[in-house]
Amino acid sequence: MTATTEATRQPAAPLAVPRRTEGARAERRLAALLCAPAVVVMLTVTAYPIGYAVWLSLLRYDLRFPNRQEFVGLGNYVAVLSDGYWWSAFGVTLAITVISVAIELVLGLALALIMHRTLVGRGTVRTVVLIPYGIVTVAAAFSWVYAWTPGTGYLANLLPEGSAPLTEQIPALGIVVLAEVWKTTPFMALLLLAGLALVPDDLLRAAQVDGAGPWQRLTRIILPMMKPAILVALLFRTLDAFRIFDNIYVLTKGNNGTGSVSILGYDNLFKAFNLGIGSAISILIFLCVAVIAFLFIKLFGTAAPGSDTEGRR
Amino acid sequence: MRFPAGPRRRAAALVGAALVGALTIAGCGSADGGVVLRFYTPADGATQYAEAAADCTTAAGGRYRIEQVTLPRQADDQRLQLARRIVGHDQTIDILGMDVTWTAEFAEAGWIRPFPARAAAEIREGTLEAAYETGTWQGQLYAAPLNTNTQLLWYRKDLMPGGQPPQTWDELLGIATGLAAQHRPAWIEVQGSQYEGLTVWFNTLLSSAGGQIVAEDGAVTLGQGDAAEQALMIMRRVATAPGADPSLSQRDEGTNRLAMESGQAAFMVNYPFVLPGIAENKGGAFLDKNGNPTTQHTGRKVQGVFKWAPYPAVQPGRPANVTIGGLNLAVSTTSRYPAQAVVAVQCLRNRANQLRNAVEGGVPPTLEALYTDPAFQREYPAWREIKQSLDTASVRPKSPAYQSISIVISALLNPPAEIDPPRTEAELVRQVQRAVNSEGLVP
Repeated sequence: MTATTEATRQPAAPLAVPRRTEGARAERRLAALLCAPAVVVMLTVTAYPIGYAVWLSLLRYDLRFPNRQEFVGLGNYVAVLSDGYWWSAFGVTLAITVISVAIELVLGLALALIMHRTLVGRGTVRTVVLIPYGIVTVAAAFSWVYAWTPGTGYLANLLPEGSAPLTEQIPALGIVVLAEVWKTTPFMALLLLAGLALVPDDLLRAAQVDGAGPWQRLTRIILPMMKPAILVALLFRTLDAFRIFDNIYVLTKGNNGTGSVSILGYDNLFKAFNLGIGSAISILIFLCVAVIAFLFIKLFGTAAPGSDTEGRR
Repeated sequence: MRFPAGPRRRAAALVGAALVGALTIAGCGSADGGVVLRFYTPADGATQYAEAAADCTTAAGGRYRIEQVTLPRQADDQRLQLARRIVGHDQTIDILGMDVTWTAEFAEAGWIRPFPARAAAEIREGTLEAAYETGTWQGQLYAAPLNTNTQLLWYRKDLMPGGQPPQTWDELLGIATGLAAQHRPAWIEVQGSQYEGLTVWFNTLLSSAGGQIVAEDGAVTLGQGDAAEQALMIMRRVATAPGADPSLSQRDEGTNRLAMESGQAAFMVNYPFVLPGIAENKGGAFLDKNGNPTTQHTGRKVQGVFKWAPYPAVQPGRPANVTIGGLNLAVSTTSRYPAQAVVAVQCLRNRANQLRNAVEGGVPPTLEALYTDPAFQREYPAWREIKQSLDTASVRPKSPAYQSISIVISALLNPPAEIDPPRTEAELVRQVQRAVNSEGLVP
């Protein structure tokens, strides 16, 4: 988005200033020089690895068979997309993403409303709500592991004797979603709180005078006015949730059909040492994330962040 | 605005460059100029490996110094770190402590060097045949055996008819069925969870029935004869026997041991660590007069009736070929001192160091002579059965793609109760072939 705005602005500049002075030109040169290190760093740390991953994904390249390296074009993509393991991991990832983001949105909104309306101890309430977000994901995931493991856990002890929820697909996925929701609801709440601040109190009072109940005020005034904030929050969280790795890695290692696409990519890269297939999976994840971002902006375009028509109704 | 490059900035740049340079030099080790061999070992037993490194440094009399470096606890993490270092041309990695299953993979990838013929012959002398076999690939020795490990049958003497353990899986299943009918403990504890342990169980049954997963030339031999069908049938029968452990599909060595100690199991196949384990756990649960676990203090505990026997055979009169584990030592191809590293490996696996690993670390040695050593026998009450099991041992499939093979096998055989022998066998052959060819994904 920033790239497009810059691209449209730059050609316009010479028109606005037809004759440039020597000083202005020198200043532009300096500006370019000052930007150069940042651009070089960005290119080396992002563009190069991405380009290299794309190149690797076109090769048959297994570290264990260095002599059998060859160019296979899109062969790795065909192998991945025609494999049942990819699609089951894709289904698991999608389910985790949709369920956890939906729960987070509802809970986050409730928390945001509470934080917005709190009169006493506002700072304390906000701090308390933010604690889970401040805890390192892996550390939190380990405490969930122990809590749900029979023998070491207080939560597992609440279940009937002999049940080990982390070893079965559906219960384990439920725990993954729970850990995700617990962890990132505060983030959602914080983004929504910023949106709530945009709703003018006068409007709400006027609606109240006109006889609108609390539910009507929420659905007719607060939510429509918060739409840009909700979309930003949903976009961020969906992109994040789709790339889920750490919680699953610690909770189940992807066993018993709980692996996400990121876990599948990791296993193929770092357990099977298959750089070709693993890179193809990484690129596919990258494309999925791009498609999600694109869909958000196209479908909810009216209020997407950065669009010109923001706020149009 | 422009900043003149003043003397201050130049000085700062010089200091920075000097720092980077100093760090780089320090990172290369061997600050005292001598030969430093870095010896990477798993975290389990690291204390004993460090002591061995110190002893061998002393014995070398200044020719080299061995520096022990500890790797993570999980085998997968160890393998990843070693592979990353060697692929990244780390010249400071000299000696690798390797799981027995990695030999073919590391050798084929060009990460470890074959031992020179003379050293290989010296290492072979007095070493258990099956252990030596785990370190070879295409007829050459790539990794020198340090420790080994094998499974035995552990059983409850009070539950056996006539107090005698079964010799075969058929007998074992017969006894378990009888126990279930009498409402006495009848669980058969095996490694049924979806991990390497399940592959090992399958490999043991398959080779005991005369089969093999993959030949060394890469041909998938799993489907030849009826060995695979026999092995799969036994796995299915164990998982579906009357009174079978309901959590069998989630059991690993650790939870097997706990199930046995809880008094609910009659049989278990497992490694010798379970013997000190039950003593540490106060002898396990109390037992009533039928042998069932009870919370009452009857004065009789599992430990009192906990015995061991050779691993059950698949065919009567033909001892089981138990899959062995263990740790081997290899020399990396990136090492700058391969000749010294070979000498150091021979020292690290000498009699004194192997005895220390056995007594303090609890891992059986690979030198045959140690099995007649009273110090070793004292520490290992089950030494006779361990030795017997090692003499008829089988090794895991030798293939550079072993990791993928193991992943697909354990994924297909879990849960064991749902194994459908002819259909599962066909699927195994197909997926193992793909793994050997490094085609497609691993789950």
